[in-house]
Amino acid sequence: MSDLLLTLLLTLDATLRVSSPLILAAMAGLFSERAGVVDIGLEGKMLAAAFAAASVAAVFGSPWLGLAAAIVASCCLALLHGFATITHRGDQIVSGVAINILAAGLTIILGLAWFHQGGLTPALNNESRFLSITLPYAEQLAFIPVLGPIYKELISGHNILVYVAFAVVPLVWWVVFRTRFGLRLRAVGENPKAVDTAGLSVIKLRYQALIVGGILCGIAGAYIGTAYNAQFTRDMTAGQGFIALAALIFGKWRPLTVMLACLLFGFLDALAVRLQGVQIEGFGVIPVQLIEAAPYILTVVLLAGFIGRAIPPKAVGTAYVKER
Amino acid sequence: MTMKKFAIELTDIDKRFGAVHANNKVCLQVTEGNIHGIIGENGAGKSTLMSILYGFYQADAGQINVLGNTYIFTDSHHAIAAGIGMVHQHFMLVENFTVLENVILGSEGGALLADGLAAARKELTRLGEEYGLKVNLDATIDTLSVGLQQRVEILKALYKGAKILILDEPTGVLTPQETEELFRIFAALKQQGVTIMLITHKLREIMSITDQVSVMRGGQMVAHRNTCDTDREELAELMVGRKVLLHVDKGPANVRAPLMTVKRLTVADNQGVERLKGVSFELRAGEVLGVAGVSGNGQTELLEALSGITPLTSGSVQVLGMEMDAKHPLSPDILRELGLAHVPEDRHRMGLITEFSASESALLGYHTDASINSGLWLSKAKVDANCEQLMQAFDVRPADPHLKSANFSGGNQQKLILAREMERNPEVLLIGQPTRGVDIGAIEFIHQRIIAMRDAGKAVLLVSVELEEIMSVSDRIIVLCDGAISGRINAEDADERTLGMMMANALDPIDPLQAMNDAKSSSNRTAQELDL
Amino acid sequence: MNRENRITWINRLLLPVLNVLTAFAVTAVVFWLIDVNPLEAAEILLYGAFGYEEGIGYTIYYTTNFIFTGLAVAVAFHAGLFNIGGEGQAYIGGLGAGLAIFMLDPTLGAWLFIPASIIGALLFGALWALIPAYLQAYRGSHIVITTIMFNFLAASLMVYLMVHVLREMGQMTPQSELFPTNAWMPFVHDVAAGMGYSIEASPLNLSVLLALVCAVAVWFFLWQTRWGYAIRATGKNSTAAVYGGIKPKRVIIVAMCISGALAGLVSINELVGYQHRLVMDFHLGYGFGGIAVALMGRNHPVGIIVAALLFGTLYQGGAELAFEMSGVSRDIVVVMQGLVILFCGALEYMYRPWLIRTLAPVAQQISAAGVTV
Repeated sequence: MSDLLLTLLLTLDATLRVSSPLILAAMAGLFSERAGVVDIGLEGKMLAAAFAAASVAAVFGSPWLGLAAAIVASCCLALLHGFATITHRGDQIVSGVAINILAAGLTIILGLAWFHQGGLTPALNNESRFLSITLPYAEQLAFIPVLGPIYKELISGHNILVYVAFAVVPLVWWVVFRTRFGLRLRAVGENPKAVDTAGLSVIKLRYQALIVGGILCGIAGAYIGTAYNAQFTRDMTAGQGFIALAALIFGKWRPLTVMLACLLFGFLDALAVRLQGVQIEGFGVIPVQLIEAAPYILTVVLLAGFIGRAIPPKAVGTAYVKER
Repeated sequence: MTMKKFAIELTDIDKRFGAVHANNKVCLQVTEGNIHGIIGENGAGKSTLMSILYGFYQADAGQINVLGNTYIFTDSHHAIAAGIGMVHQHFMLVENFTVLENVILGSEGGALLADGLAAARKELTRLGEEYGLKVNLDATIDTLSVGLQQRVEILKALYKGAKILILDEPTGVLTPQETEELFRIFAALKQQGVTIMLITHKLREIMSITDQVSVMRGGQMVAHRNTCDTDREELAELMVGRKVLLHVDKGPANVRAPLMTVKRLTVADNQGVERLKGVSFELRAGEVLGVAGVSGNGQTELLEALSGITPLTSGSVQVLGMEMDAKHPLSPDILRELGLAHVPEDRHRMGLITEFSASESALLGYHTDASINSGLWLSKAKVDANCEQLMQAFDVRPADPHLKSANFSGGNQQKLILAREMERNPEVLLIGQPTRGVDIGAIEFIHQRIIAMRDAGKAVLLVSVELEEIMSVSDRIIVLCDGAISGRINAEDADERTLGMMMANALDPIDPLQAMNDAKSSSNRTAQELDL
Repeated sequence: MNRENRITWINRLLLPVLNVLTAFAVTAVVFWLIDVNPLEAAEILLYGAFGYEEGIGYTIYYTTNFIFTGLAVAVAFHAGLFNIGGEGQAYIGGLGAGLAIFMLDPTLGAWLFIPASIIGALLFGALWALIPAYLQAYRGSHIVITTIMFNFLAASLMVYLMVHVLREMGQMTPQSELFPTNAWMPFVHDVAAGMGYSIEASPLNLSVLLALVCAVAVWFFLWQTRWGYAIRATGKNSTAAVYGGIKPKRVIIVAMCISGALAGLVSINELVGYQHRLVMDFHLGYGFGGIAVALMGRNHPVGIIVAALLFGTLYQGGAELAFEMSGVSRDIVVVMQGLVILFCGALEYMYRPWLIRTLAPVAQQISAAGVTV
């Protein structure tokens, strides 16, 4: 019985760790899309951030400096996206794709030039990483049935960025629904004309949304590069930016449901690792590739609207032009 | 008697959009505390003038005075601060926000919403009681009726401190009852000293509610009256103008069998609002049926439904031997093959593809035609030849098939589209606004071609907001107002005054004159069948 | 050439050239950032691409792939769609080619094998694009995300098949059996030798002719048939297309299937023409490169061939650069792709206001003429 509980807890534990970058990226996408700007470039921003974090942490030995660098890198790409799509009213999707490809190439090129390890950054020692934090009294309370192990295995023992990721969700909810900024943000994504006639700047609001997104993607990237892993490797984001987008759509652009969608993906991933090599009656071993493909299949199924149609913010995807 | 201040004083406001002279030295004086009407047809320049007043555009020249102070509004922010509030024709509301949230947008009163919302709630409740503008503050906009949504817009303006309220075509989307409610609100506002400017084309409302009225036409302010000193007839005349009728030479109509029968055609839009309400009429070979009416009263929906672009909600259309209804739609390509051609109202949105060359635009709708295709091949030579032939037939200039469609003047674009639709010898021709933005010489040419089609035994449905065009080209006229037919008349019996009143729905619902006219018409339908 | 046409050509040529030059300029900055002399890099790159016969062969061989994927993306763009799934469609196209070959009797002639493999590649490539297309047309699912997902799915599927199903008996490497020699697309150097000319061996094979044929076919289809007209009309103005009796949903599906089919042909060049067996990851980079090629070539086959040649040059030159300079890898080409997509795509009109100001006398005509092809 307790064996099963332990397995469950460990799986959920892995879920939390895998979902964290998804949650951060999805929240970034939420800000951007709620303001009416499609952000396909989440993947590229996370990748660039992971690289920046891993590089700076390796050079200066501080994960916090790495985090700062990650945020800067991600915000630079966010501003580039804004420059192309808001200021020059360029195609939002093309801009996002360009940023993804740019990030993929630049991270390797710079990594090779700076570290000469074939594109990898140096492996980080423990000082330069975000490590697990044991919450107070985790060991001592472990004896309490059910709750003890939950506290010790599931809640305690994550690195700080995981806690940040989950703390961000209520924070995002509060900003979007309880502040003036959030109100204006949501208005800009639904009816920019209403915002314009109310005397507010549509351009300024959209840039602000992109920068917030840049910060969140920066944290996500730093997590991937210096917390979950100990160095930067080629294309290490592996599509998480797009899965975050799918979670955003499935979660209908609301912070809590988006977080749940991210947890769903994370759970599937963690489950996949558990099921590797496991035999199933009459079927044999589930091919590991099928399990790896599960998040992507789920994304397509969700987008196909078989589990409810998703209605995005009304003005998403189009640049704002004052009409004649 | 104390001299009232002018709430608004506009002096020589001038504004051009490219070649269009939207406002031509417009002067306006609105007395404080009055309800002031501004009337004019579409394109007269009313909306542009109000947008300038609200800071959405900047005038090229002229002066704006509000309550005695001169202003230059660089954006809406300043106009709001000066005390001007605007209720737009298309509401500037966020559909999934509550009433409260919509009102405070931009004037939230603090970074955290909680305090601002509480203060706003108190103020709005007070405003609601004072002016009779009661709305459920926590309802989301998409659950409210159009009338209530409008109330929210008014509340928004008042909340931001408007002393002058501008309303752009406020009753176009309201039911008669909601209109009554609105007028009651106006009266309450006036009592509190709010100045109201009402932009509309509805003469009955002008007469019943305003103190003064100004008339715009063709970008100019043409008249100014005290409402008590004028009447609907005079205003209709001023609004529409006494232009010289373009003389169209035409013999008597040789009317034959009906080619299109429309029965209780109803079309609802995406929100489920009925844009066409049970319209019925017949279109016969050898006649031109004119559809008159102010833009936005269902004409677009009518043309798009009859040409297969928009599905019908209910009712049926029998055309050239086939029938279409809600369950059995007919797509545009099938209708074309049957012999129906369509010249759309908006040539840029639908009539041609501005990015394409003239040749390719001249192909739109007929690109599968056997005469231009040889098996797989849509030969450029044939496509160009087709275009050249059309250009020659309708004197399109420059006669260059390779020139991008966007580079032709409006008139030539229109001629190209007309050539495309007419030269294939359709049996039924639907035309929307054929001479919009077209110069005089081309207008005459186009009218002659329409008459030629009619004389050749074709059926023509002519939708236009230009009254002389309707009167001189049509044989019979129906008038659309608010999605229903508000009048039917023979062209020979129609004049500007009558049509203007029908267009503004100023005639009483059952007009004995009307019934007599319809009885006189060559149709053998009874008044009952025509849903009078 | 009259005045309007002259202005349009200034826009059609000047703006794209400026955009590409900007991409080059930024690349030079990147080189400078990693302590490489841009001019030196350019020299090595050009030498690698054109300096010796084998290099030229490689350059044209890579160009062939970019022509296929560039055409694929362009056809979709003409319909108003963004096909990012070229990677996956190329990969799965390879599966189709391989299956077609393995299904046939090895003693049959080449005249049967090669067309069969081409049909297999076209069919499977189209299939991989069909589902995202259907979901976009009928369920409103964003085609960009679905095609990216299908890229990942293609990778997973192919790994599984290569490791478990198609692997050559008794071998460890995940690759299929060798194709029968009758199913090999002839190498250009072999054909040349047969005609008495001696050229250095390289992967360059007759698929390049197939690519050129496709370019002509795409040109013909888009501009000389009624279906091409329907596709272009839908992409420019779907409202007018509906008015013209065109059915946009159908157009979306047809355009995407053609797009996927073209991308699938990459496998003919790579597998039927060079590797002569199914291998993994032969498709990498060409799908995304196709986006850059299409944008740079302004979605016209002629421009695409030119842009494909540029990227083929970069690919081969990039390999030479990576070989000569330990500090630079082929990923610099990826950076260039990203920059081209940025400046030729998202920032397409960045220079327009400046151009209008400096060319003030003809300013009015420029704004009227517009830029897009």
